Amino acid sequence: MSSQLSSARLYKPKVPLLWWLSRRSYTMFVLRELSSVFVAWTVVYLLLLIRAVSRGPAEYQRFLHWAASPWLIVLNAVALAFVLLHAITFVNLTPQAMAVRVRGRRVPGRLLAGSLYLTLLLVSAFLAWLVVG
Amino acid sequence: MPRRTVEPFVWLLFSGGGVAAALVLPVLLVLFGLALPLGWIAAPDHAHLLGVLRNPLTRLGLVVVCALALVHWAHRFRYTLLDGLQLHRYDRLVVAVCYGGALAGSVLAAYLLFVAV
Repeated sequence: MSSQLSSARLYKPKVPLLWWLSRRSYTMFVLRELSSVFVAWTVVYLLLLIRAVSRGPAEYQRFLHWAASPWLIVLNAVALAFVLLHAITFVNLTPQAMAVRVRGRRVPGRLLAGSLYLTLLLVSAFLAWLVVG
Repeated sequence: MPRRTVEPFVWLLFSGGGVAAALVLPVLLVLFGLALPLGWIAAPDHAHLLGVLRNPLTRLGLVVVCALALVHWAHRFRYTLLDGLQLHRYDRLVVAVCYGGALAGSVLAAYLLFVAV
């Protein structure tokens, strides 16, 4: 019995490397998964900025100059598209992943997603105010 | 009794990182990745940014956001590699690179924000 079980577990069907190109929904799934790479890049970029600021005004100016390189602008524009894809899909998925109840009644999904978008807007406005001053 | 694993805890961090990344990162990327370099808005002066970064709440908030977002990356990218590129054979290596990278990045963020700035 146990040998049967282990052989059943060892059955691994061959999956082609580009299986996720065969359907639109699969492709979207992989793009959404790939968004995490750009989330990580954004963190790295912010850490480079923080390092530059910590090293003084001259280094901060050098960072700003570097940030204006065309390839970096393109990279950051692509990263923004993926980070937004992440934000939108994460907000839209939340009502399905979480049942929020207020006074015993389940909060409708649209209301939950809507309040998350409102939070996103408020957080963004606050951070922009903090940075630009 | 089923074997206890660390998975649920990692999924919790993944989820927290997803929320942090969704709420905080887009606006910062718009500002520092596009708006300032392209001259849409004037770059804030160095003293102002340094002041903001030296606020204890900013330090703590940014370290938490960076660490959570990196764990989010690690957990998601692990499965992207395993499923997307069929690398199940190298699970251990992938795990070491992903979570190790997230840990290193978090330590670096804490150093930059609490020591260097």
